[in-house]
Amino acid sequence: MQTRAKFAVGITVIVASLSCLAWLGYSDSKTYYHTIAEYQALQGSARSHRMRLAGTVAPGSIRHAPGRVDFVLEEQGNTLPVSYVGSDPLPDTFVDKSQALVEGRPGDNGRFVAEHVQAKCASKYETAPGSDKPAAGSPTQQSSM
Amino acid sequence: MDVFGSFALLLAFVCALYALIGGIAAIITRHPLLIKSTRQAGMATCILIFLATFSLEYLFFSDNFASAYVVSHSNRDLSTFYKVAALWSGQEGSLLFWSFLLSIYVLSVLVVYRNKNGELMPYVGVVLAGVQIFFLTLNNFVASPFKMLGNVSASGAIEPFVRMDGNGLNPLLQYPEMVIHPPNLYSGYTGFTIPFAFALAALLARYPGEKWIHLTRKWTMIAWCFQSCGILLGAHWAYAVLGWGGYWGWDPVENASLLPWLTGTAFLHSVMMQEKRGMMKVWNVWLVFTTFLLCILGTFLTRSGIVSSVHAFAQSSIGSWFVGFLGVILVVCLTAYIKNRDYLKSENRLDSVISRESSFLFNNLLFLVACIAVLSGTLFPVFSEWFTGNRISVGPPFFNKIMIPIGLALLFLTGVGPLLAWGRTSKESLKRNFGWPLLAGVVSAVITFAIGYRNIFSTTCLFLCGFVAWTIFLEFYRGAKVIAARSGMNLLFSAQELAMRNTRRYGGYVVHFGMVLIFIGLAGAAFNIDVQKTMNFGDSMKLGPYTLILQSADTKADKNYTAQRMIIEVLKDGKQSMLLYPEKRLFQGRDQASGTMVAIYSTLREDLYVVFAGQDNDTGLPVVHAFLNPLVKWIWFGGVWVVLGTLLALVPSRKVSLVFAATPEPAPAAAVPALNPTVTLREGHD
Repeated sequence: MQTRAKFAVGITVIVASLSCLAWLGYSDSKTYYHTIAEYQALQGSARSHRMRLAGTVAPGSIRHAPGRVDFVLEEQGNTLPVSYVGSDPLPDTFVDKSQALVEGRPGDNGRFVAEHVQAKCASKYETAPGSDKPAAGSPTQQSSM
Repeated sequence: MDVFGSFALLLAFVCALYALIGGIAAIITRHPLLIKSTRQAGMATCILIFLATFSLEYLFFSDNFASAYVVSHSNRDLSTFYKVAALWSGQEGSLLFWSFLLSIYVLSVLVVYRNKNGELMPYVGVVLAGVQIFFLTLNNFVASPFKMLGNVSASGAIEPFVRMDGNGLNPLLQYPEMVIHPPNLYSGYTGFTIPFAFALAALLARYPGEKWIHLTRKWTMIAWCFQSCGILLGAHWAYAVLGWGGYWGWDPVENASLLPWLTGTAFLHSVMMQEKRGMMKVWNVWLVFTTFLLCILGTFLTRSGIVSSVHAFAQSSIGSWFVGFLGVILVVCLTAYIKNRDYLKSENRLDSVISRESSFLFNNLLFLVACIAVLSGTLFPVFSEWFTGNRISVGPPFFNKIMIPIGLALLFLTGVGPLLAWGRTSKESLKRNFGWPLLAGVVSAVITFAIGYRNIFSTTCLFLCGFVAWTIFLEFYRGAKVIAARSGMNLLFSAQELAMRNTRRYGGYVVHFGMVLIFIGLAGAAFNIDVQKTMNFGDSMKLGPYTLILQSADTKADKNYTAQRMIIEVLKDGKQSMLLYPEKRLFQGRDQASGTMVAIYSTLREDLYVVFAGQDNDTGLPVVHAFLNPLVKWIWFGGVWVVLGTLLALVPSRKVSLVFAATPEPAPAAAVPALNPTVTLREGHD
């Protein structure tokens, strides 16, 4: 075989197999971003996706239960009950009225089951990013990764 | 000082503008006085930026709480150490800091080459001035760090307003690594401006030969070294401060720092193809352009929050400036390339699949694919929203699936590449070079398998680590043996002599060895375990060979924070071993701002990583989260070797004739893989 052809084959094999892996990884971990209003309008299979939702923690809604923490997220008049079931402790910034970002899947009886929660205290920090690390920069604390 | 600072910045902007416009005029007219004056304008720009930066630091040190930036990022009780770091803890300051670091490079280049490379330097000066103008525009007109607080009085006039104390520094940043990590990373980002400027200048000037590569070799290595340190220090900071038990989470800002590192590393390797064989010229020029674009993109991702923010947090208007600048660079590079691409014709072609050239080719291919994968994964939310209307992100599984095989393949090439000959490699030499290293790889895989580290990727990784480490050892050993035979020195001194004769080559091996150590550490991640438990005093939990008993708790007060500390007794295999003190710090200045101090007991075998995660809200009892992370220490240890190797490569090689006047032969024959007589190689170190 010509040297050039050998290279072409080698390169194609490498790129094709890595693309395959990329596709697998993509299917494993793709997460949709939705607003609470969009979430409530979702139908059928779109409801089974992994997704990420943002909102403000409704004051007084945080309840600790064995194995989970329940709370309610609000966004522009829409509310969403959430159960956090992740193993990591919630960030310190997760309090009433803090802005929270939850990641997980819709559960039974209308609750959203979150595996990850990020939070930031409203108005405690300036809006500009701080440094070159997200958790440091935007004053986010990550409960898990 | 604020007026002084903003005036210095404005003047710097004017000087940079002169350096750019005057520089272009100087290139056209070739007037020697114009060339000289634009060079001096470039130097003046840098010095004015230094002055502006120092005056902002002065505002921090004099606790000037009339300055908006100081109020947001400092307070009276903040320690001196962190007042230095407060400079780059916010948007405005870190952009000024970018300009500052860039100026150090620019000034060094302008001074070092002031009387050399007359054909090229005016072009270089123009490119550098162009980059500086962009950042100075941001510093002056978009994100000025010298804004003062003011109140509008009843009469409508603005009165200055001074706060009693500042808001304090974000507690997550109050950690030693945060003082050294950003300067390192930014020095990496800014440092790649130099090879970029030389590459673009050489293309514009149709500057003959590989001179620009020789000129920028050291600058590239310096930038690369800073970038590597920055990434590792950032990982270590995330590990020690964020308290989630890991060091790398594939989040957008981490990825942003990795992208230029990937292309920069590819560039460091592929330039050797051009130096030795006159190949890959187009590729090299585009690699360095891409690296610079990715540095700007990295700064943009960090500063604008485009990826993490739309449904999350912080967003700023600065993004559009960066997008514009990226567009301008791309257009300039493309135009220069299209206009002068005939100047980049390759002089040779590939002869064989099993050759040094092809190992470099595949190395570059893998780095490029890695870069594309990380880039597309990072920007996926942005692109998916554009194309489908749905914002979709991908998580760590995506990155791990693709990056682990790439990492292993690159590790394999690390071992194989240096042993292959230029041109083509014979079967005999393959057998001679790879027999022992393969055996070493098998032995290390078997040992780790026996210890209990059983996972396909980790075992492969440790096999390759053994293999590569042994090839590196053999390279040193064979070369040193030849020198020892000729000079009568012992092997250790001979190895040192060998390294000093071709610092770039052997420095490269030391860097490779550092990477092997880092990969050993990464392999450990497959075996991390953790336990989390709400504990009363006297309660215990088990984790691997350790038993953790919560003894008591206390509080500790510092000037700037109060810490709540858990005192945990650790038993190893049932025997009393040590006390660990994970803590939570409540900082002054910002209410409710707290930080975690992880207690880590680190050995070569594993890290015991204990976090005081908070209080259970129902019972009020402390929650302790403990991790057992094998082999993590090897990563930091490997980082040290990477730095040492780069430093060695930066030292000029020792001239052999000076040391051994009687034996004028050049580099030892056995250390160099058998050369194919049909391949013409250029002078220079490989």
